[in-house]
Amino acid sequence: MAMLHIVNKSPFEKVSFRSCLNHARAGDSILMIEDAAVGALDGTSFSDKLKTAMADKSVYVLGGDLTARGLSEDRMIDGVKAIDYAGFVDLTVENETTQSWL
Amino acid sequence: MATKKFMFVNRKAPYGSVYALEALEVVLISAAFEQDVSLAFIDDGVYQITKGQNTDAIGQKNFSNTFKALGDYEINKLYVEKESLEERGLTQDDLMDLVWEDEDDDWAEKPSIIMVNRSEMADVMAEQEVTLSF
Amino acid sequence: MALEIDGQSIELDEEGYLVDLSAWTPEIAKALAAGEDVELTDEHWDIINFLREYYEEYQIAPAVRVLTKAVGKRLGKDKGNSKYLYSLFPYGPGKQACKYAGLPKPTGCV
Repeated sequence: MAMLHIVNKSPFEKVSFRSCLNHARAGDSILMIEDAAVGALDGTSFSDKLKTAMADKSVYVLGGDLTARGLSEDRMIDGVKAIDYAGFVDLTVENETTQSWL
Repeated sequence: MATKKFMFVNRKAPYGSVYALEALEVVLISAAFEQDVSLAFIDDGVYQITKGQNTDAIGQKNFSNTFKALGDYEINKLYVEKESLEERGLTQDDLMDLVWEDEDDDWAEKPSIIMVNRSEMADVMAEQEVTLSF
Repeated sequence: MALEIDGQSIELDEEGYLVDLSAWTPEIAKALAAGEDVELTDEHWDIINFLREYYEEYQIAPAVRVLTKAVGKRLGKDKGNSKYLYSLFPYGPGKQACKYAGLPKPTGCV
Protein backbone atom coordinates (compact mmCIF):
# COMPACT_ATOMS: atom_id res chain seq x y z
CA MET A 1 0.00 0.00 0.00
CA ALA A 2 1.45 3.28 -1.03
CA MET A 3 1.45 5.96 1.62
CA LEU A 4 1.59 9.73 1.35
CA HIS A 5 3.84 11.20 4.03
CA ILE A 6 3.14 14.84 4.83
CA VAL A 7 5.89 16.81 6.53
CA ASN A 8 5.43 20.34 7.87
CA LYS A 9 8.53 21.00 10.00
CA SER A 10 11.89 22.34 8.82
CA PRO A 11 14.55 19.60 8.71
CA PHE A 12 16.95 22.13 10.25
CA GLU A 13 14.86 22.48 13.41
CA LYS A 14 13.04 19.21 14.10
CA VAL A 15 13.75 15.52 13.60
CA SER A 16 10.29 14.86 12.10
CA PHE A 17 11.53 15.05 8.50
CA ARG A 18 14.45 12.72 9.22
CA SER A 19 12.07 10.34 10.98
CA CYS A 20 9.74 10.42 8.00
CA LEU A 21 12.58 9.48 5.64
CA ASN A 22 13.58 6.69 8.01
CA HIS A 23 10.10 5.15 7.90
CA ALA A 24 8.91 5.78 4.35
CA ARG A 25 9.09 2.78 2.05
CA ALA A 26 9.87 2.37 -1.64
CA GLY A 27 6.98 3.60 -3.76
CA ASP A 28 5.72 6.03 -1.12
CA SER A 29 5.32 9.76 -1.72
CA ILE A 30 6.58 12.59 0.46
CA LEU A 31 5.01 16.03 0.43
CA MET A 32 6.68 19.04 2.03
CA ILE A 33 4.33 21.76 3.27
CA GLU A 34 4.64 24.81 5.51
CA ASP A 35 8.13 25.05 7.10
CA ALA A 36 9.14 21.71 5.60
CA ALA A 37 9.17 23.37 2.17
CA VAL A 38 12.69 24.65 2.88
CA GLY A 39 13.80 21.02 2.67
CA ALA A 40 13.24 21.13 -1.09
CA LEU A 41 16.31 23.34 -1.71
CA ASP A 42 19.53 21.98 -3.19
CA GLY A 43 22.91 22.69 -1.65
CA THR A 44 21.84 22.42 1.99
CA SER A 45 23.11 20.17 4.77
CA PHE A 46 19.90 18.16 4.29
CA SER A 47 19.67 17.87 0.51
CA ASP A 48 21.84 14.74 0.19
CA LYS A 49 19.53 12.91 2.58
CA LEU A 50 16.48 13.84 0.52
CA LYS A 51 18.23 12.90 -2.73
CA THR A 52 18.93 9.45 -1.32
CA ALA A 53 15.26 9.04 -0.49
CA MET A 54 14.30 10.15 -4.01
CA ALA A 55 15.92 7.04 -5.47
CA ASP A 56 12.76 5.05 -4.78
CA LYS A 57 10.21 7.62 -3.56
CA SER A 58 8.43 10.59 -5.14
CA VAL A 59 8.99 13.94 -3.48
CA TYR A 60 6.69 16.95 -3.74
CA VAL A 61 6.56 20.44 -2.30
CA LEU A 62 3.72 22.92 -2.06
CA GLY A 63 5.09 25.64 -4.36
CA GLY A 64 3.18 28.34 -2.51
CA ASP A 65 5.01 27.55 0.70
CA LEU A 66 8.37 27.94 -1.05
CA THR A 67 7.57 31.26 -2.69
CA ALA A 68 6.01 32.54 0.52
CA ARG A 69 9.47 32.14 2.05
CA GLY A 70 11.21 33.98 -0.79
CA LEU A 71 12.62 30.78 -2.25
CA SER A 72 12.21 30.21 -5.97
CA GLU A 73 11.43 26.84 -7.46
CA ASP A 74 14.61 26.88 -9.59
CA ARG A 75 16.64 26.36 -6.41
CA MET A 76 14.93 23.02 -5.76
CA ILE A 77 16.68 19.67 -5.92
CA ASP A 78 16.25 18.19 -9.44
CA GLY A 79 13.31 15.85 -9.43
CA VAL A 80 11.32 17.50 -6.63
CA LYS A 81 7.92 18.41 -8.04
CA ALA A 82 6.27 21.66 -7.01
CA ILE A 83 2.50 21.32 -6.75
CA ASP A 84 -0.47 23.46 -5.73
CA TYR A 85 -3.40 22.65 -3.44
CA ALA A 86 -5.22 20.79 -6.22
CA GLY A 87 -2.12 18.64 -6.64
CA PHE A 88 -2.14 18.05 -2.87
CA VAL A 89 -5.68 16.71 -3.14
CA ASP A 90 -4.68 14.47 -6.05
CA LEU A 91 -1.86 12.99 -3.97
CA THR A 92 -4.20 12.13 -1.12
CA VAL A 93 -6.47 10.36 -3.60
CA GLU A 94 -3.66 8.48 -5.36
CA ASN A 95 -2.29 7.02 -2.11
CA GLU A 96 -4.19 4.50 -0.02
CA THR A 97 -3.19 6.12 3.26
CA THR A 98 -1.56 9.26 4.59
CA GLN A 99 0.59 9.94 7.58
CA SER A 100 1.44 13.36 8.97
CA TRP A 101 4.82 13.85 10.60
CA LEU A 102 4.04 16.63 13.05
CA MET B 1 -19.30 -1.55 11.86
CA ALA B 2 -16.37 -2.70 9.79
CA THR B 3 -13.14 -3.12 11.70
CA LYS B 4 -10.14 -1.21 10.44
CA LYS B 5 -6.51 -1.27 11.41
CA PHE B 6 -5.83 1.97 13.27
CA MET B 7 -2.38 3.04 14.34
CA PHE B 8 -1.63 5.94 16.66
CA VAL B 9 1.93 7.16 16.18
CA ASN B 10 3.42 8.85 19.24
CA ARG B 11 6.51 10.95 18.57
CA LYS B 12 6.53 13.52 21.35
CA ALA B 13 7.58 13.48 24.99
CA PRO B 14 4.82 13.89 27.60
CA TYR B 15 4.06 17.04 29.66
CA GLY B 16 5.98 19.60 27.51
CA SER B 17 3.10 19.73 25.06
CA VAL B 18 -0.43 18.40 25.06
CA TYR B 19 0.08 15.95 22.17
CA ALA B 20 0.81 12.84 24.24
CA LEU B 21 -2.17 13.26 26.57
CA GLU B 22 -4.51 14.14 23.72
CA ALA B 23 -3.35 11.08 21.79
CA LEU B 24 -4.08 8.86 24.77
CA GLU B 25 -7.59 10.31 25.08
CA VAL B 26 -8.27 9.62 21.41
CA VAL B 27 -6.89 6.09 21.79
CA LEU B 28 -9.29 5.41 24.67
CA ILE B 29 -12.22 6.80 22.73
CA SER B 30 -11.31 4.77 19.66
CA ALA B 31 -11.50 1.62 21.78
CA ALA B 32 -15.22 2.23 22.21
CA PHE B 33 -15.61 1.70 18.47
CA GLU B 34 -14.01 -1.74 18.67
CA GLN B 35 -11.38 -1.19 16.03
CA ASP B 36 -8.08 -3.01 15.62
CA VAL B 37 -5.95 -0.43 17.41
CA SER B 38 -2.19 -0.38 17.79
CA LEU B 39 0.24 2.24 19.07
CA ALA B 40 3.70 3.14 17.85
CA PHE B 41 6.33 4.87 19.96
CA ILE B 42 9.15 6.47 18.02
CA ASP B 43 11.51 9.40 18.56
CA ASP B 44 10.66 11.29 21.79
CA GLY B 45 7.42 9.31 22.01
CA VAL B 46 9.32 6.59 23.88
CA TYR B 47 9.54 8.96 26.87
CA GLN B 48 5.77 8.57 27.32
CA ILE B 49 6.11 5.02 28.65
CA THR B 50 9.19 5.22 30.87
CA LYS B 51 8.67 3.78 34.33
CA GLY B 52 8.85 5.73 37.58
CA GLN B 53 7.32 8.96 36.29
CA ASN B 54 6.49 11.41 39.07
CA THR B 55 4.78 14.68 38.17
CA ASP B 56 4.20 15.99 41.70
CA ALA B 57 6.66 18.85 41.27
CA ILE B 58 5.21 20.10 37.96
CA GLY B 59 1.57 20.04 38.99
CA GLN B 60 0.39 17.93 36.07
CA LYS B 61 -1.50 14.64 36.08
CA ASN B 62 0.83 11.66 35.74
CA PHE B 63 -0.94 9.89 32.90
CA SER B 64 1.71 7.22 32.41
CA ASN B 65 -0.38 4.93 34.64
CA THR B 66 -3.20 5.16 32.14
CA PHE B 67 -1.10 3.18 29.64
CA LYS B 68 -1.42 0.26 32.08
CA ALA B 69 -5.19 0.32 31.53
CA LEU B 70 -4.93 -0.12 27.76
CA GLY B 71 -4.99 -3.90 28.13
CA ASP B 72 -8.48 -3.60 29.65
CA TYR B 73 -9.48 -1.80 26.47
CA GLU B 74 -8.14 -4.64 24.34
CA ILE B 75 -5.34 -2.44 23.08
CA ASN B 76 -2.37 -4.73 23.40
CA LYS B 77 -0.06 -3.96 20.49
CA LEU B 78 2.37 -1.25 21.56
CA TYR B 79 5.23 -1.14 19.06
CA VAL B 80 8.39 0.48 20.42
CA GLU B 81 11.30 1.29 18.12
CA LYS B 82 14.68 0.03 19.31
CA GLU B 83 16.66 2.74 17.54
CA SER B 84 14.62 5.48 19.20
CA LEU B 85 15.40 3.99 22.62
CA GLU B 86 19.09 3.58 21.81
CA GLU B 87 19.46 7.15 20.53
CA ARG B 88 18.20 8.31 23.93
CA GLY B 89 20.38 6.01 26.01
CA LEU B 90 17.36 3.93 27.04
CA THR B 91 16.62 0.21 27.00
CA GLN B 92 13.42 -1.77 27.43
CA ASP B 93 14.26 -1.98 31.15
CA ASP B 94 13.55 1.75 31.39
CA LEU B 95 10.00 1.22 30.17
CA MET B 96 6.93 0.26 32.15
CA ASP B 97 6.04 -3.41 32.12
CA LEU B 98 2.84 -3.07 30.11
CA VAL B 99 0.73 -6.20 29.92
CA TRP B 100 -2.75 -7.35 29.02
CA GLU B 101 -4.81 -10.19 30.47
CA ASP B 102 -5.93 -12.89 28.08
CA GLU B 103 -9.52 -13.71 29.06
CA ASP B 104 -9.39 -16.88 26.91
CA ASP B 105 -6.27 -18.10 28.69
CA ASP B 106 -7.40 -17.88 32.35
CA TRP B 107 -6.49 -14.17 32.50
CA ALA B 108 -2.81 -14.90 31.89
CA GLU B 109 -0.74 -11.72 31.70
CA LYS B 110 0.93 -11.22 28.34
CA PRO B 111 3.30 -8.46 27.26
CA SER B 112 1.82 -5.58 25.27
CA ILE B 113 5.14 -4.04 24.27
CA ILE B 114 6.53 -5.28 20.98
CA MET B 115 10.10 -4.20 20.30
CA VAL B 116 10.78 -3.59 16.61
CA ASN B 117 13.63 -2.10 14.65
CA ARG B 118 13.19 0.83 12.29
CA SER B 119 12.49 -1.16 9.15
CA GLU B 120 10.05 -3.44 10.97
CA MET B 121 8.28 -0.32 12.24
CA ALA B 122 8.02 0.95 8.67
CA ASP B 123 6.46 -2.39 7.68
CA VAL B 124 3.90 -2.26 10.51
CA MET B 125 2.97 1.29 9.53
CA ALA B 126 2.50 0.22 5.94
CA GLU B 127 -0.06 -2.42 7.02
CA GLN B 128 -2.36 0.16 8.61
CA GLU B 129 -5.57 1.44 7.09
CA VAL B 130 -5.66 4.60 9.19
CA THR B 131 -2.63 6.29 10.74
CA LEU B 132 -3.01 9.14 13.21
CA SER B 133 0.10 10.98 14.32
CA PHE B 134 0.69 12.96 17.46
CA MET C 1 -23.79 23.89 41.41
CA ALA C 2 -22.99 22.94 44.99
CA LEU C 3 -23.89 20.28 47.50
CA GLU C 4 -24.53 21.14 51.14
CA ILE C 5 -23.27 18.57 53.66
CA ASP C 6 -22.93 19.25 57.38
CA GLY C 7 -22.79 22.94 56.73
CA GLN C 8 -20.03 22.52 54.15
CA SER C 9 -20.49 23.47 50.52
CA ILE C 10 -19.07 20.97 48.03
CA GLU C 11 -18.58 22.32 44.53
CA LEU C 12 -20.09 20.38 41.62
CA ASP C 13 -19.79 21.01 37.89
CA GLU C 14 -22.79 21.73 35.68
CA GLU C 15 -23.49 18.01 35.23
CA GLY C 16 -23.28 17.31 38.96
CA TYR C 17 -19.78 15.82 39.07
CA LEU C 18 -17.39 16.66 41.87
CA VAL C 19 -15.02 19.47 40.88
CA ASP C 20 -12.30 18.55 43.38
CA LEU C 21 -11.87 14.78 43.25
CA SER C 22 -9.83 14.76 46.45
CA ALA C 23 -12.78 16.24 48.38
CA TRP C 24 -14.76 13.00 48.07
CA THR C 25 -16.15 11.26 51.14
CA PRO C 26 -18.70 8.43 51.44
CA GLU C 27 -21.15 11.01 52.80
CA ILE C 28 -20.87 12.92 49.54
CA ALA C 29 -21.66 9.75 47.61
CA LYS C 30 -24.75 9.20 49.77
CA ALA C 31 -25.89 12.77 49.32
CA LEU C 32 -25.39 12.69 45.53
CA ALA C 33 -27.36 9.44 45.38
CA ALA C 34 -30.10 10.79 47.61
CA GLY C 35 -30.43 13.72 45.24
CA GLU C 36 -31.42 11.21 42.56
CA ASP C 37 -33.65 9.20 44.93
CA VAL C 38 -31.17 6.34 45.20
CA GLU C 39 -30.32 4.68 48.49
CA LEU C 40 -26.87 3.13 48.30
CA THR C 41 -26.70 -0.59 49.13
CA ASP C 42 -23.66 -2.84 49.57
CA GLU C 43 -24.03 -3.74 45.90
CA HIS C 44 -23.75 -0.08 44.93
CA TRP C 45 -20.72 0.34 47.17
CA ASP C 46 -18.95 -2.62 45.54
CA ILE C 47 -19.08 -0.76 42.24
CA ILE C 48 -18.28 2.66 43.71
CA ASN C 49 -15.26 1.31 45.58
CA PHE C 50 -14.09 -0.52 42.51
CA LEU C 51 -14.30 2.67 40.46
CA ARG C 52 -12.32 4.62 43.02
CA GLU C 53 -9.59 1.98 43.11
CA TYR C 54 -9.50 1.90 39.33
CA TYR C 55 -9.11 5.65 39.12
CA GLU C 56 -6.43 5.65 41.79
CA GLU C 57 -4.45 3.12 39.82
CA TYR C 58 -4.97 4.26 36.23
CA GLN C 59 -6.00 7.95 36.50
CA ILE C 60 -9.07 7.40 34.33
CA ALA C 61 -12.66 6.37 34.81
CA PRO C 62 -13.11 3.09 32.93
CA ALA C 63 -15.40 2.81 29.92
CA VAL C 64 -18.59 0.87 30.63
CA ARG C 65 -17.34 -2.11 28.64
CA VAL C 66 -14.19 -2.21 30.74
CA LEU C 67 -16.14 -1.76 33.96
CA THR C 68 -18.48 -4.61 33.07
CA LYS C 69 -15.63 -6.98 32.32
CA ALA C 70 -13.69 -6.03 35.44
CA VAL C 71 -16.74 -6.42 37.68
CA GLY C 72 -17.32 -9.88 36.21
CA LYS C 73 -13.77 -10.81 37.02
CA ARG C 74 -13.83 -9.45 40.58
CA LEU C 75 -17.39 -9.98 41.73
CA GLY C 76 -18.47 -12.93 39.60
CA LYS C 77 -19.92 -13.51 36.15
CA ASP C 78 -23.50 -13.00 37.38
CA LYS C 79 -22.62 -9.36 38.11
CA GLY C 80 -20.40 -8.75 35.13
CA ASN C 81 -23.18 -7.79 32.77
CA SER C 82 -24.86 -4.56 31.85
CA LYS C 83 -28.29 -5.75 33.05
CA TYR C 84 -27.01 -6.06 36.61
CA LEU C 85 -25.12 -2.77 36.46
CA TYR C 86 -28.10 -0.92 35.01
CA SER C 87 -30.32 -2.36 37.73
CA LEU C 88 -28.08 -0.60 40.26
CA PHE C 89 -27.45 2.53 38.22
CA PRO C 90 -30.40 3.08 35.88
CA TYR C 91 -28.96 6.34 34.50
CA GLY C 92 -25.98 4.40 33.16
CA PRO C 93 -23.29 2.69 35.24
CA GLY C 94 -20.57 4.84 33.73
CA LYS C 95 -22.14 8.21 34.33
CA GLN C 96 -24.09 7.61 37.50
CA ALA C 97 -21.66 5.39 39.42
CA CYS C 98 -18.70 7.59 38.48
CA LYS C 99 -20.59 10.61 39.75
CA TYR C 100 -21.22 9.01 43.15
CA ALA C 101 -17.61 7.80 43.27
CA GLY C 102 -16.40 11.35 42.77
CA LEU C 103 -14.75 10.57 39.44
CA PRO C 104 -14.86 12.60 36.23
CA LYS C 105 -17.23 11.46 33.51
CA PRO C 106 -15.64 8.50 31.69
CA THR C 107 -13.65 9.34 28.57
CA GLY C 108 -15.74 8.64 25.50
CA CYS C 109 -18.86 8.19 27.58
CA VAL C 110 -22.00 9.14 25.68
